[in-house]
Amino acid sequence: MSEAPALEVSQVSHRFGSRAALSDVSLSVGRGRFVALLGPNGAGKTTLFSVITRLYANQDGRVAIFGHGLDREPSRALARMGVVFQARTLDTDLTVEQNLLYHASLHGIARRIAKARIATLLDRVGLADRRGDKIRTLSGGQSRRIEIARSLIHEPSLLLLDEPTVGLDLESRADIVAIVRALVREEGLSVLWATHIFEEIEAGDDAVVLHRGRIIARGTAGGIAQDGETLEAAFRRLVADPVKQAA
Amino acid sequence: MTTPTLAPAAPPAVQDKAAPVPHLGRLDAVGYLICLSGIVRRELLRFFNQKERFFSALVRPLVWLFIFAAGFRNTLGVSIEPPYQTYVLYEVYVVPGLAVMIQLFNGMQSSLSMVYDREVGSMKVLLTSPYPRWTLLLAKLIAGVTVSVVQAYAFLAIAWYWELDIPPIGYLAALPAFIAAGFMLGSIGLLLSSMVKQLENFASVMNFVIFPMFFASSALYPLWRIRESSETLYAICMANPFTHAVQLVRFALYGQFEPVACAVVVGTTIVVFILAIIAYDPGRGIMARRGGPAGEAS
Repeated sequence: MSEAPALEVSQVSHRFGSRAALSDVSLSVGRGRFVALLGPNGAGKTTLFSVITRLYANQDGRVAIFGHGLDREPSRALARMGVVFQARTLDTDLTVEQNLLYHASLHGIARRIAKARIATLLDRVGLADRRGDKIRTLSGGQSRRIEIARSLIHEPSLLLLDEPTVGLDLESRADIVAIVRALVREEGLSVLWATHIFEEIEAGDDAVVLHRGRIIARGTAGGIAQDGETLEAAFRRLVADPVKQAA
Repeated sequence: MTTPTLAPAAPPAVQDKAAPVPHLGRLDAVGYLICLSGIVRRELLRFFNQKERFFSALVRPLVWLFIFAAGFRNTLGVSIEPPYQTYVLYEVYVVPGLAVMIQLFNGMQSSLSMVYDREVGSMKVLLTSPYPRWTLLLAKLIAGVTVSVVQAYAFLAIAWYWELDIPPIGYLAALPAFIAAGFMLGSIGLLLSSMVKQLENFASVMNFVIFPMFFASSALYPLWRIRESSETLYAICMANPFTHAVQLVRFALYGQFEPVACAVVVGTTIVVFILAIIAYDPGRGIMARRGGPAGEAS
């Protein structure tokens, strides 16, 4: 019996009416791997995330999380997944702890257990002292760190992050990347990280390039770049002429 | 094309379906109760955080009771009809309708907050919970009903000073009626929230749902009076589920049970809630029809 990957997306297509948002997309996130999903705005990254998180029905193809098909075992699949959405999704009128307790309850975690877990996670993201503060008093970067803590509260094995650093300053961005990379390194978390910011990607990371709803390149970030070019240059080349690249 | 070096797609792995999922929470019935209590707690926290919402919910019916009803006291007599044993003052007649009006507004307020949650993204967080989607919507509904019943009783507590002549047992007997009415109005709100695309469009809900439901009902005037002026309007009032919610509460407040009203309220709740579940289904409902994130698709 083979060990199922953390995330397996097989030939997924998605349409909104006559518009194709995703066409025959396949990708895999191995256990304990950091996979970058690269794509310009409008490439289909958020639609793909919505399909993987079951916000949109999977119209065509298959999505499985640790072997649990999203169609047949959605509860088991969703239980093993943590998500940080592109849009901020914290309740700004509630405190940090109230937000995290709410999320813990959505996963059936008793308050006593949740409170201990929250203490650990806030410590991990460096915001233990903000536990009783309302979200509206936090900076953008701090809110993002809280969202990462929230996504980890039920101890998922797969973390999905949809452009988590958009709109943050350099220091906050670096903090977020460092926290997630440490989770991969130290806890064996599997990560799918959607972005169009190349500084966040390391040469050894697995990378998938999505453009106009299709995957136009995949490999390690270092492998996608050719002849000493930077990943950004490779990305521009691929996005500029994807048909030629596919030929 | 770049040579793929990622791990090849693994063949479908055999999973032991009986094996527990590594997860800090519980995915059983106890876990769902924790989930339900968390959703109710959040709704209550939001409600008590927004004190102006609490007071405006109370002020609206109190203005009706203290000003409108007082003004019409001498012009609108209410004859003897069940559940009343004698002639009643207009204020007495109008109280059940105003209490259910609070629930109507609360149902729409919950609907508004669902649209808001969807716009700011917290709806996504709710819908990625591992529990079945209909149970999450039911939990949202229960949370809204809890808030609406608290509001209705707060109103009754103030209105108690207005010589309403409601027997003490009536306050207890009305609790299931308020819960049933809250479920029905909350379900309608839930369904509406799936239809309203943006917060800005919500004003039309006020014009086309709340006001017609409230005024074309037995909340403010007995139906026999409406029938005297128009049979058509009477038929509309009888077809209005809000009328039956009001009648259910009105009878319950006087320790009586109105079976037709109960059947209409329960039936409407079931039908509308099922429609709301369909509307929130990722494959069939508004989520699928919405058109996706801006700019995505070719």
